[in-house]
Amino acid sequence: MDLLLLLEWSIKSVVIIVIILGGFAYTTLYERRANARIQTRIGPNRAGPWGLLQPIADAIKLIFKEELIPDKSDKVLFVLAPVITVVPALILLAVIPMGPDILGFKLGLADDINVGVLYIMAVASIAVYGIVIAGWASNNKYALLGGLRASAQMVSYELSLGLAFIGPILIANTMNIREIVVAQKGLWYIVLQPLGFLIYFIAAVAEVNRAPFDMPEAEQELIAGYHVEYSGLKFALFFMAEYGKMIVISFIGATLFLGGYWGPFVDQAPLLGPFYLFAKVVILLFVLIWIRATFPRIRYDRLMAFGWKIMLPAALFNVVITAAIVLLVGG
Amino acid sequence: MRQMDIRLDELKHLVSDRAIEGETVLLNMGPQHPSTHGVLRLLLELDGERVVNCVPDVGFLHTGIEKNMETKTYEKALVMADRMDYLNNLGNNLCYCLAVEKLVDLDVPERAQVIRVLLTELQRIASHLVFLGTHALDTGAMSVFLYCFREREIILDIFEMCSGGRMMTAFFRPGGLWRDIPEGFEDAVRDFVDIFPRRIDQYEALLTKNPIYLDRTKGIGGISSEDALRWGLTGPNLRAAGVKFDLRKANPYSGYERYDFEIPVGSAGDVYDRYQVRVAELRQSLRIVEQALNNIPGGPVRSGNRKFVPPPRSELGTSMEALIHHFKLWTEGFPAPKGSVFVAVESPRGELGCYLEGDGGPKPYRIHFRTPSFATVQAIPVMAQGYLVADLVAIISSLDAVLGDVDR
Repeated sequence: MDLLLLLEWSIKSVVIIVIILGGFAYTTLYERRANARIQTRIGPNRAGPWGLLQPIADAIKLIFKEELIPDKSDKVLFVLAPVITVVPALILLAVIPMGPDILGFKLGLADDINVGVLYIMAVASIAVYGIVIAGWASNNKYALLGGLRASAQMVSYELSLGLAFIGPILIANTMNIREIVVAQKGLWYIVLQPLGFLIYFIAAVAEVNRAPFDMPEAEQELIAGYHVEYSGLKFALFFMAEYGKMIVISFIGATLFLGGYWGPFVDQAPLLGPFYLFAKVVILLFVLIWIRATFPRIRYDRLMAFGWKIMLPAALFNVVITAAIVLLVGG
Repeated sequence: MRQMDIRLDELKHLVSDRAIEGETVLLNMGPQHPSTHGVLRLLLELDGERVVNCVPDVGFLHTGIEKNMETKTYEKALVMADRMDYLNNLGNNLCYCLAVEKLVDLDVPERAQVIRVLLTELQRIASHLVFLGTHALDTGAMSVFLYCFREREIILDIFEMCSGGRMMTAFFRPGGLWRDIPEGFEDAVRDFVDIFPRRIDQYEALLTKNPIYLDRTKGIGGISSEDALRWGLTGPNLRAAGVKFDLRKANPYSGYERYDFEIPVGSAGDVYDRYQVRVAELRQSLRIVEQALNNIPGGPVRSGNRKFVPPPRSELGTSMEALIHHFKLWTEGFPAPKGSVFVAVESPRGELGCYLEGDGGPKPYRIHFRTPSFATVQAIPVMAQGYLVADLVAIISSLDAVLGDVDR
């Protein structure tokens, strides 16, 4: 029996990693194609039908590229940094319920643990180390500036991110993510927590260093920021982490605020659940891409001011109001 | 390879004492940096991310164009002028042609004048579009860049239609144009004039009132009008500082006095004003294009003075005199009198001047260009001191310096 459980977990873990890896590859294509449409271009369409093989071509290119390690870098940390960055992105999905139980079979690896939200916070925080270490170990001033920016930015926005999670936790009265989703059956939490969702989304965009908060990489200022010295597969790992985290924050946003796998007829046909979740994730990803194509980059000091002076008070306010209402109505 | 050690005492006169003590960071930005627009190198002294000192270093794109032009005859040297400021090819041509025409006292037919103005203004629009696109890109707004290049493409197609070249056109020649505008030219320009105002509105919709963009540009990199004059800024950068000076009005050439247009000016001289002045100039240039398009007179496009302008090919088979002129002009070139002239035109970047000295022979004795970008680049430190690296990038792009224009 234990062996069977182990087997089940292994298979589910592999599936989750495949979701992120495949998702990463095709999110890059999705982003390039969607961006191209927004910018009146065509985008990659040569490799395979509609450019579907483009991510594979890119992967092969990156694998066969020479891996350069700068002479004066801290070599152990230099190699370790991309690993530290990419692993959180790969394991975050473990607590996301992918769909309702189908004939007693759970869709999700550890979605029933009672500290699911805490797990997300804890694992997501690890990624900042990878970026800071990468910036420091490269022994490059641009990389260092990127790493510094990243540490300040991610640490500040993590606060608002954590506070945004508290809304759904309070309303559902649990940290178990599956129970939070189940509680949203009638009403998605975005209706009850519009401000919370907004704060979550902005903080999450900052947390994964996406435009317009892509200060740590800021191509036009720091060239590539913390990963300027990385090449080949190590660069691919940073890339994978960024896109993996994009997918993960879309999953978390969809799960905590957009009703997770709920949608019309999921009661009758539980198999629809994963598709609804997938559709919500794709829509959120599109919003991320859309923002990148449209907005200029915010300046670094403004970003910090925004994080501490607007986001944090707003998030605290949201928590207080939510708590008060839950106490009055639900108590 | 051994890493090169830069000795700090060599830089002592350029940076503050704090850099020597290691309190501030010296950062080399460029020449290969995506935001230095070509190959500008900046030595930055940073306190955190704040720019304490900024030392522009030019010369990485030195092409020796001025010297090279002196080894060619007047007509052949023209193609080199194209290659200086590679966003203002026709404007460079115009400046050089005006100088040659002034030196040898050559007339230009009316039709050629109007077409010159029309094409130069289209070139100004194309150049400002590159400015707008790269400036937006440097502040992080990627899409505007591609929208601007979509419209620039239309203009380059019009140039190709006329001259066969999209950028290096060599279309203006001393005494007029290379040849007459082709069929379909007027329709192509009219199509552009029709669609372009709406496209400008689109760019503005993405930037002008965007709070992030305002935050990045308002009050950043300002320069007072006195300082701007003192550092030799010209063109939109000077006008953004509030000085209403435009050579097309102040010292009209090629018949600019006949066109109705305004000179947009700013007040603060910051990045936002420079952006606004250029966007306003897009609309003004379009007005000039429209007026020129509606008033293209008939007649020849090259001067009839055979001593300086080769005869049309059709005459070569029938006229002995034409053949002799043609042979003389393309082997020896025309001699210019002893003397020197200076002609300045309003390029998209400011005052582009050409100093031309003839020694009586068929080749110029000395050519020197007064290029606006050179003065612009030297003024970067004045504007950048005290701002962040991110602002520095916005400032450099807002100045619209072309490095080909800096290093001739």
